[in-house]
Amino acid sequence: MKSDGFFSRLNSFVEYGSMREEDLTLSPSEKHKTIDTDIPENRWLTTVQNSEKPVGARIATWVSHRGVEIFDRLYRVAAAFICFTLIGVLLSVVAFLPAFGDEDAPAVNEVVERYVSKSVEETGTTNAVAGMISAYRGFDTLGEAHVLFAAACSVIILLRVDDPERRHGKLVDPVMTGEDMDFEPNSDLVLRKAAKVLVPLSFIFGLYVILNGTTSPGGGFSGGALMGAGLILTSVAFGFGRTERFFGDEMYHLVKTACLTAYALMMAYFIYMGANGFPDGVWLGIPGSIISGGLILPINIAVGFEVACTMYCFYALFRKGGL
Amino acid sequence: MTLLDGILLAFLIICAVSVSVTRNLLESIIIYMGFSIIMSIIWLTLEAPDLAITEAAVGAGVTGLLFLATLKKIHAIKAEGDKNKEDKPDEK
Repeated sequence: MKSDGFFSRLNSFVEYGSMREEDLTLSPSEKHKTIDTDIPENRWLTTVQNSEKPVGARIATWVSHRGVEIFDRLYRVAAAFICFTLIGVLLSVVAFLPAFGDEDAPAVNEVVERYVSKSVEETGTTNAVAGMISAYRGFDTLGEAHVLFAAACSVIILLRVDDPERRHGKLVDPVMTGEDMDFEPNSDLVLRKAAKVLVPLSFIFGLYVILNGTTSPGGGFSGGALMGAGLILTSVAFGFGRTERFFGDEMYHLVKTACLTAYALMMAYFIYMGANGFPDGVWLGIPGSIISGGLILPINIAVGFEVACTMYCFYALFRKGGL
Repeated sequence: MTLLDGILLAFLIICAVSVSVTRNLLESIIIYMGFSIIMSIIWLTLEAPDLAITEAAVGAGVTGLLFLATLKKIHAIKAEGDKNKEDKPDEK
């Protein structure tokens, strides 16, 4: 008992009152004594431990009995108070925000004007958002792609199972191991029939969103997320064997590093040639057609495949500890 | 603000409150996915369709799936075909 921390002691007091296991084995007089002398390990108590009703011990018992309750109540009141204050402050700030689409909003300045008026001419995209993300602010997007790469790396470090026998589910005795990854996904009929319709649709829609990123809303990240969701749906409905056939470890590393390297090289070339508004020797294409926007289309494709790989990699690592 | 916006925002607030109020982890994940779907419709009404696509795919799809996979891994929900009787699902 002496070696226990203060909090476990406090917990035992809260749960059992002052009755502890040793107390039950002692005689009533001894029990009284141990309760009085043994309660808190604070040094100041030793001065009063011999008196019949030590004030310090009573205060300590009161604190450990009632103090926790009082602290709990205070904690709840303070939490509610802080929550409602925050809600009030945020709502009052929202009241002062400019209306949606307001022309006089401070965010509408010369930067937005430049993006809206010059983006078709300078980037060759009719989708101004794609032009902004991939050309004007391409360096930011490159950083985001690397953040995704770093996130995938850390997930691999944390969750990868080193033993290849375990990883591919060849150790077939899930009851023995009790590990979730050893269970093959036990999909039912409804899921499989629905996946048969939905998987091709999500792949085609993802590719459509990636390829049309320069002319319509969407782009690399959205399309890649759709394709990654399609991959995950495939593995959920038909088991990991179906996806392992074409998407294993080597394929993952190949696609991921190739896409990221291609993106970084294209961005390096773009920045080296002077970036925004300078002629960089890439044919911008006819604005509005699929092959337009110069480097934005290949950048979208690279980002899309990288995001799809990352999504599936996350799921596979969470589910079975490897690709 | 149209009627649709009002309904969507009301659902958003209901979802946000009930995610934290719900005791069952599985239920709160499903409510969270519903929150993302409503949010993606709101993005659509705010004329940001690319964000709507991303929100629907990432927020409702992949994040929810990762949460579910984590819950299954820590045995907080009972897996189908899980014959291991020692790992009782955590009722909290």
